[in-house]
Amino acid sequence: MAGIALQALTKVFPGGVRAVDRLDLEIADGEFFALLGPSGCGKTTLLRTIAGLEEPTSGEVTIGERRVTRMPPGKRDVAMVFQDYALFPHMNVVDNIAYPLRIKGMSRSDRERRADDVGDHLGLEGLMERRPAALSGGQQQRVALARAVACRPQVFLFDEPLSNLDARLRLEARTFLKRLQRELGVTTVFVTHDQSEALALADRIAVMEAGRIRQLGTPREVFGRPANTFVANFIGSTPMNLLPATVRDGRVEVAGQRVAAPADALARLADGDEVVYGVRPEYMSLTRSAVDGALSGTVSIVENLGSSALVSVECNGHIVGATVPEGSEPDPGTTVWLAATDGRVLLYHANGELA
Amino acid sequence: MLSFWETLTKNSDLFIPGFLSTIYLFIIAAIGSLVLGTALAAMRVSPVPAMRAFGASYVNVIRNTPLTLVFVFLVFATPKLDVAFPSTFGQNGFFTIAYSALTIYTSAFVCEVVRSGVNTVSPGQSEAARAIGMTFGQVLGLIVMPQAFRAIVPPLSSVMIALLKNTTIAGGFSVLESAAIRQNISERGGDQIHTILWTLIFFLILITPLVALQRAMERRWAVSR
Repeated sequence: MAGIALQALTKVFPGGVRAVDRLDLEIADGEFFALLGPSGCGKTTLLRTIAGLEEPTSGEVTIGERRVTRMPPGKRDVAMVFQDYALFPHMNVVDNIAYPLRIKGMSRSDRERRADDVGDHLGLEGLMERRPAALSGGQQQRVALARAVACRPQVFLFDEPLSNLDARLRLEARTFLKRLQRELGVTTVFVTHDQSEALALADRIAVMEAGRIRQLGTPREVFGRPANTFVANFIGSTPMNLLPATVRDGRVEVAGQRVAAPADALARLADGDEVVYGVRPEYMSLTRSAVDGALSGTVSIVENLGSSALVSVECNGHIVGATVPEGSEPDPGTTVWLAATDGRVLLYHANGELA
Repeated sequence: MLSFWETLTKNSDLFIPGFLSTIYLFIIAAIGSLVLGTALAAMRVSPVPAMRAFGASYVNVIRNTPLTLVFVFLVFATPKLDVAFPSTFGQNGFFTIAYSALTIYTSAFVCEVVRSGVNTVSPGQSEAARAIGMTFGQVLGLIVMPQAFRAIVPPLSSVMIALLKNTTIAGGFSVLESAAIRQNISERGGDQIHTILWTLIFFLILITPLVALQRAMERRWAVSR
């Protein structure tokens, strides 16, 4: 097993696109690490550079004790699972799983035995003689995983392996993937644009934008204390409320109301500073009667989320979201008051960084 | 005057070696151009710039040269350069020149057909193959080409049928093959229309198994794809 270290890694594509920009990162041995970000943020390029499919413009990649920056992919002892699985259509499942072992020079009987073992473990028994085209999406995904597992690599590299599955299957595969990684204890780097996937699976998450890491932390840290408004916007299944505000006498003025704000953040700010007031809809409590120090407004939209509903309230020209439990949704047009839960309010500088 | 049937039977000393020559030329040039054409296609998709440049130049020069000119060059120019073609396969040097010219010419077309097939294989396939440690040769030979050949069966069949018909140019360069039969029979005072009809029938008969082979390959790979 091995950790991964990246030093000042940069990848500039011909044409000048800086996909990865002087990036430093250490991934611990056995860690499940997620690279999260919108399309074009450089997360897949970073993964491919670790795999050796892209050569970095500058910087170093170290896996375990070995510097692998200029090494071809096959020598790095990593196994990659691709978004479209890249199974070989002209081979059956056994050959697909056993092929990397054949390249490594393992004997036919040994590699077929190992393919069978891994296949059984991943629930592929009875499918081993089929070709990929005769498998469902979920089965193909497990063959791709089996191909990676059978190599017994130092590192797994997953490039959005769940994004081609339908929503229900994706949840099952997610649980399966996490259990498999826990069992094998192999260092895993997982690329995704789906924040819920990253939160559910990873020990740590790097949120990326334009080739740089905007925040590095545990799912709890990234969700609870986003380091900047970019991360705040990106993480969370309902968008975080980010409202322009001004510091006034130990409180902040938001949407025409003076509301409480965390004292530690205020200590770092001066009276009259322009800030961004951030609070997640989940931490906004909605009442139908006036509350002191709460935002007031009229309900404009109610969206059903299943066990809860997202209520959009228009407060003095700003839209503020709050979630309410099912059955207690207000009617559009009613006047309501929104109060943030203590300790869940975040203040950001005007430049977007956490105060 | 000989009847239509007798034109064939009384001149079998010309028809049989003529038709056989056509078949031999076709088989030798088909194998040669498949091998050379695939190698050229591998060069054109290789990561080495010099090989890519060689493959591209070869195709651009040869594909745009009339086949007759390739024959003319090999027959008339090579002796001036002190290059002599040996007799091979129990035939004279002109036969060697004929299948060499056909191979050189057809491999440019095979190369382009194979290359278009390589481009139908998703780039993810070769990346996955590289990721598990295959060399460029293994990626191409074990992963990309087997998939590419499925896509190129119909256009490759057309190239092979064209090759079969192009063998008749050898008749103009001292090879006794099916198209040259007419000249010889004409000297014996035989019926030229009958001869041409027999030659046509012969080509139709030869092309039938090629088409059947194409169908069979398409069917086989369509199911297992």
